[in-house]
Amino acid sequence: MVTTIEVDNVSKEFKLHHGRHQSLKERLLHPGAGTVQKFSALQNVSFSVSEGETVGLVGHNGSGKSTLLKTICGVLQPTSGQIRVRGSLAALLELGAGFQPELTGRENVYLYGAMLGFSRKMVDVIFDDIVAFSEIEQFIDTQVKFYSSGMYVRLAFAVAVNVNPDTLVVDEVLAVGDERFQAKCIDRIRRFQEEGRSILLVTHNADQVRQLCQRAVVLDGGVMIADGPTQDALRTFREHLLDDAVAHEGDVANANVRIQSVTTPSGSFDVRSGAGMHFDVTIESESAYSGNFVLELFTRSGLLVSRSDAQGSPVNLRPGNNVVGVDLAQLPLLDGIYDINVGVVDARGSNVIAWSEKAASLEVTYDGREGGIVDIGASVRQN
Amino acid sequence: MSEPASARFERRSLASAPIRVVSHRASLLTRLKSLWGRRELLVSLTASDIKIKYKNSTLGFFWSMLSPALTLAIYFMVFGVVLKSGIPDFALYLFSGLVVWNLFSNAVNTATGVIVERSGLVKKVSFPREILALSNVGAAVVYFFSQLLVLAVVLAAMRHAPDWGYMWLLPLAFVSLYFFTAAVAMLMSGITVYMRDMKHLMEVALMLWFWLTPVVYSYSNSMAQQLRSHGLLWIYFCNPITWIVLTFQRIFYVTQVAVSPKTNTVIHVLPNWPLSTYVTMNVALVGITIALFLVAETLFGRLEVNFESEL
Repeated sequence: MVTTIEVDNVSKEFKLHHGRHQSLKERLLHPGAGTVQKFSALQNVSFSVSEGETVGLVGHNGSGKSTLLKTICGVLQPTSGQIRVRGSLAALLELGAGFQPELTGRENVYLYGAMLGFSRKMVDVIFDDIVAFSEIEQFIDTQVKFYSSGMYVRLAFAVAVNVNPDTLVVDEVLAVGDERFQAKCIDRIRRFQEEGRSILLVTHNADQVRQLCQRAVVLDGGVMIADGPTQDALRTFREHLLDDAVAHEGDVANANVRIQSVTTPSGSFDVRSGAGMHFDVTIESESAYSGNFVLELFTRSGLLVSRSDAQGSPVNLRPGNNVVGVDLAQLPLLDGIYDINVGVVDARGSNVIAWSEKAASLEVTYDGREGGIVDIGASVRQN
Repeated sequence: MSEPASARFERRSLASAPIRVVSHRASLLTRLKSLWGRRELLVSLTASDIKIKYKNSTLGFFWSMLSPALTLAIYFMVFGVVLKSGIPDFALYLFSGLVVWNLFSNAVNTATGVIVERSGLVKKVSFPREILALSNVGAAVVYFFSQLLVLAVVLAAMRHAPDWGYMWLLPLAFVSLYFFTAAVAMLMSGITVYMRDMKHLMEVALMLWFWLTPVVYSYSNSMAQQLRSHGLLWIYFCNPITWIVLTFQRIFYVTQVAVSPKTNTVIHVLPNWPLSTYVTMNVALVGITIALFLVAETLFGRLEVNFESEL
């Protein structure tokens, strides 16, 4: 397997200037003004992305993921360490940053293509696909300054995905455009995966990572805290939040809550669509703790079906084992296997205290012939 | 839906694909290689610079010839008619030096602020940043050639033959002009990121620089003697533009000594150097300006490291 991105022991330090003057006069008048503080945005980060792999880069705001991304794209130089990128790379950083408002859509497509490192001839070949994908055929010869922001972004996205780079770097851009366009983008990313290209997806949206990535890298405060299969990495991501909570709130530290098991009375998680079901969650706690119980249901492809309100189900845990019963009145789900995540969060619903990923899997059987994940109970009649 | 374009591309084997390395500081050779590798981007950016400049204007690209022609007309009125410089065919003398100066000042003026102006791009897309400055130089080069064309037409119309024996020095002088302009443009664009005053300072500096270059006056006639008597000649010739302007004037204007039609006195319009002096001067200058370009490229590499946090 060929490695497309290799991040080798990369660190990045920024100098933060406080109150420094930017004009010559002020600098001459106050030569020593302002202080310089060093800020370490990345510390010895190493990981690699192989050909055909989709890797999620997860972290909170300020975790250093954008800095890392910029160094991978070559916009920033690392203070130490090295990054090796094999083959072509297109980054969906800020879409349309390379556009010149005065030029037409057509001229911008060629210019943006050149910026991404693709020749005029290559852009010629894919030009029609780009225009078709962006859905702005009739405005392609209009100056970009007259475009709506949606058109702008659609055109930029269309260029970046249609130049067919060996590696695509996507940064939170899936939040743009209307839902139909988003679906189209996801679709395109899936085709990228099928074609065996590498994708690095940067996001703080764990659901998106679960949906698209096989592997995830987790950053926190500039340090890489996990690199592994998506589920494991996301677990670390959550547990790390937990550690943070522990560090910040003394009373939580004493709680020490763990999810022990998820069981059904019959021992089976098979259920008929439309029927109800009941399961018990055993939670072990070392001390008394008041928090909220959270339940998540995912499809196997990683689509979130439902997440319960993080403040909606208070539980008062006693020391020792506690059993929490969960009743699902009726499951309108269609055929398939659904994964259940359960957890306990604090009273405000902002910190995870205990979590169990894929605690159980529901197997739903459905007799009808509808497609999708949910039975909406449509009845059709002719007037 | 038609067959996707990707199917038409043959997916090359990644194992043989080139590797791009991002590390703290790239060597000069690596930087030059990556610059050369992105020459197509330079062409695209240059073309878009020109397009944007003349977009929405009725006369369009024609302005690139019209505006220097108007400048020429003004200088001609002031120095040729009102102040009476006494140089015969003054418009021609002026024009042969002005094409050189226009390239230099156009490029440096636009390039000085270019990285600050396009900070959005610099912070988001990866490419050798000096390409932004070089694209301004490229646009100035295009205007230069369109003006050279006008100069050729004027020469033909006035039945004034250039000195064909010196013509082969033209490419040498142009190479020097390009590398010197590129070096100054690159350096200024980088420095402006750290000192925003540079843009205003440069406007004034260029004005002074213009008068230190023998474009509207004759070096031999009005400067040489005083400079020599004060021992300042070497300072005057620290300005590479002067060398290039003198070469252009020797090629296109030709006349070294003339009798002023108005005052009936002898004027040394151009220095009476032999061909060998011009050759030595231009060959040396090519070497010097390429060296300056490499120095500027190195310095730009140092400046580039903190662009992100300064913009």
